Amino acid sequence: MTHDAAVLARHGLTPDEYARIVQLIGREPNLTELGLFSVMWSEHCSYKSSRVHLKTLPTEGARVVQGPGENAGAVDIGDGLAAVFKIESHNHPSFIEPYQGAATGVGGIIRDIFTMGARPIALLDALRFGPMDDGLNRRVLKGVVAGIGGYGNSIGIPTVGGEVMFDESYRGNPLVNVFCLGIARHSEIVKGHASGVGNPVYYVGAKTGRDGIHGATMASAEFDESSAEKRPAVQVGDPFMEKLLLEACLEVMRGEAVVGVQDMGAAGLTCATSETGSRGSVGVQIDVARVPQREPGMTPYEIMLSESQERMLLIVKRGREAEVERVFEKWDLHAVRIGEVTNDQRLRVMEHGVVVADVPNRALTDEAPVYHRPYREPEGRADLQRIPAEAVAAGPKPTDAFLSLLSTPTIASKRWIYRQYDHVVQTNTVALDGLTAAVVRVKGTTRALAMSVDGNGRYSALDPRQGAKLAVAEAARNVACAGGLPIGATNCLNFGNPERPDIMWQFAEAVAGIGEACRALDTPITGGNVSFYNETDGRAILPTPILGVVGLVADVSHVRTRLFSEAGLDIVILGEGRGELGGSEYLKTIHGLIRGRPPVLDLAREHALARLLVDWASRGVIRSAHDCAEGGLAVTLAECCFDTGGLGAEVSIGRAPNDGGVPGLASTLFGESATCVLVSAAPGDAPVVLREAHAAGLPAARIGRTGGSAIRIAVDGEIAIDCSVGEAEARWSGALAKALDGRAA
Amino acid sequence: MTFAVVVFPGSNSDHDAHYAVEHVLGQPARFVWHKDTSLGTADVVILPGGFSHGDYLRTGAIARFSPIMAAVRDFADAGGPVLGICNGFQILLECGLLPGAMLRNRDVRFHCGFVGVRVERTDTPFTNRCTVGQVLHLPIAHGEGNYYAPPDTLAALEADGQVIFRYVDEAGEVTEAANPNGSIHSIAGISNGSKNVVGLMPHPERACEACLGGADGLVVFQSVVHALHERGTLQRV
Repeated sequence: MTHDAAVLARHGLTPDEYARIVQLIGREPNLTELGLFSVMWSEHCSYKSSRVHLKTLPTEGARVVQGPGENAGAVDIGDGLAAVFKIESHNHPSFIEPYQGAATGVGGIIRDIFTMGARPIALLDALRFGPMDDGLNRRVLKGVVAGIGGYGNSIGIPTVGGEVMFDESYRGNPLVNVFCLGIARHSEIVKGHASGVGNPVYYVGAKTGRDGIHGATMASAEFDESSAEKRPAVQVGDPFMEKLLLEACLEVMRGEAVVGVQDMGAAGLTCATSETGSRGSVGVQIDVARVPQREPGMTPYEIMLSESQERMLLIVKRGREAEVERVFEKWDLHAVRIGEVTNDQRLRVMEHGVVVADVPNRALTDEAPVYHRPYREPEGRADLQRIPAEAVAAGPKPTDAFLSLLSTPTIASKRWIYRQYDHVVQTNTVALDGLTAAVVRVKGTTRALAMSVDGNGRYSALDPRQGAKLAVAEAARNVACAGGLPIGATNCLNFGNPERPDIMWQFAEAVAGIGEACRALDTPITGGNVSFYNETDGRAILPTPILGVVGLVADVSHVRTRLFSEAGLDIVILGEGRGELGGSEYLKTIHGLIRGRPPVLDLAREHALARLLVDWASRGVIRSAHDCAEGGLAVTLAECCFDTGGLGAEVSIGRAPNDGGVPGLASTLFGESATCVLVSAAPGDAPVVLREAHAAGLPAARIGRTGGSAIRIAVDGEIAIDCSVGEAEARWSGALAKALDGRAA
Repeated sequence: MTFAVVVFPGSNSDHDAHYAVEHVLGQPARFVWHKDTSLGTADVVILPGGFSHGDYLRTGAIARFSPIMAAVRDFADAGGPVLGICNGFQILLECGLLPGAMLRNRDVRFHCGFVGVRVERTDTPFTNRCTVGQVLHLPIAHGEGNYYAPPDTLAALEADGQVIFRYVDEAGEVTEAANPNGSIHSIAGISNGSKNVVGLMPHPERACEACLGGADGLVVFQSVVHALHERGTLQRV
């Protein structure tokens, strides 16, 4: 064997995988070729552990314009337009170097969107960190937030929403999942295909350096104490360069001189050249000596594996080179011809005309190994799903628990974070951050798009299938609360080491749950990303499937937020609080427990609820809508009062059935039952809401009225929570600043 | 009447300004590339927000050297109305059309959100449809908006009525808490001595439609239309 075991290990390849390489190319690979295989066959690029499961997801629907397999998915939004969107993780780099890790995560997903010919108009982030009482976690959060802002603000794409949760398991392994959405005309969507033998292959953008070499293999390994030494594998972002690339690429793609585009993200030039070739059933031949290089003496191995940011590969129609070069010249970018399309379905790499690597491109892509990894349900689940009565026997008074929940970082206002993001650039932002789903209008139409990213790792830890279903349902519900009909979804699946059967079981269950929920809710998955090996020193994160759902709002005037707009409105609860505390924020914050069963979910009811909400919003029957999530009914009601200038609300509800023996009113007030939404409506309209909900088989009840300056909740006729909006809002709005800066904002 | 919106590499609010002028205000707008040397037909010039040249050095420090800036200066010197928004304001400071400089925000973080902005003067082409003391709710989005001028310059600005906008609270009062970035005297925008060149950090072009959270910014653009009609001009500079 040409390469010994140590060399293979450094490349993250097993002896079996090496044997497969030899068989596929019919000889022993040289070191450069070994490098190509190591990055393309890494978990990050090949999806070798997840592929068999991902294939079961629903990816088709009447609105799907582009399903998985391209740089991003796309759904039809009418008027000949498509929403192009995807979510991707940048977890590992964001722990090693929080600012640059997060910044380049933003840059990477933006490239995926404009590579398709779409102009990016919105960013959202799903973030997970360790607890804020730890300096390391605070430093990571500050760096990640600054990095997201640093990139998005500069390039001028608004960060319009997202969500953040905290848990011990994310200490040392934060999650940074970035969602981006763009708009393209159907006819202008460009794919990552090479075609036309003899067509020139262009390299555009930043020079290639030694940064990020083996980034993809790093993202496919667990962390340990030596991780800090991997810092050179994290790239540095340049949003200005990407802004130029974005404008120049969109300008050049408007003509018809470009046949295919692929960004150089993970696995850099290797991935871009082999994927465009294999997708188009052609070959690509390049000479690395022509690749613009940042430093002298780089080897073909380094050039092919570099993950330097802000680089694109374009396949141009022969004869149209001059017009392409002219556009890049205008933007002070150099488009360099580095090779051409061939007819032999190979990736051939040369250096000054000498062949240094020559392999069938499908061997790198379609023929990467596929693993049916063993999976097994871990033991002790029954115990995990039981709430220990002795541990929850004593709890605080409801109002005290209420105030504690409002100031827990997962629930508290995220203003400290989102005010560091430009969320108004591009003048499309209809619903500002923190008012439920993010909403941007689509210029040139009456429409708007609502977007939400959600996923509760605690639910998934207790029951991964149920947790994943709840993530889909919550994202779809948030979108519907804003007035958007859910039409498509993308997922980012964050898990531990897939070589462990218990982790693989979590993954398989979660994918099954996503499939079931997406089918039931008519939200096909159009793309996404898997992030495995989220472990530090052998401890895995909570399994965290994040779902991004996109909803279509027919008219911008239909958009609803969580805010109670005036006194004297009726408050109606849709769905029912069943007092479910399993996996709740209450159990976690008050008792330090992640136990119990996650809330039950009736997908048919969820589907009906979304359609009712959208319909009522369009008819003006409801004034506001807000999903009951972390912290249950009490926190949800409070959130409807916040940011209104102190408008209060008074409601009266019945006691919910107790969950797992938690005494007192906690389960009624703070239970997190799914498919549950608070809406406000003018008194004349509330009966319409009740009647139509009941006709659709959805429980609904008028529980109170807006007004006054206090949040008052009576249970079975007795006041359980009574707190001024001012006091509650001060706790909620100041908590994160206090935790991060040691003082209120 | 034509608005020229100058596009620098890294401008990101150029489309915002163009959209507000053309689709909301209903006046023609045109992009002018920074490498051009002529503004062409233009009655108003807007230097838009963004991160020109990445703003890796000082904000606006490289954009002032763009070929178009000579034409912008000639236009301003001839009395043409020039509005610099956010990065455009920073560029006006760097090129000397307006006095003073920008520091990083007091807490060294980027800030985005709606703020109260009080109109101090209505004798500029961009505020003549306002009333003195009127509070506009406008969004800000910047990391370097902490305006500074040395004491004598500041005194002259105040004395000559060149402070056009100030950050204020809901009641219209200047307070430390209502100052989002630490700007001296809570200054949000200023003009040159002859009042035809105005720079401000808040983004009026992003607040021209109710569905975006407010339309208070529209008055800035209506003002300049009014000013040009009043002048009876449309005599091009």
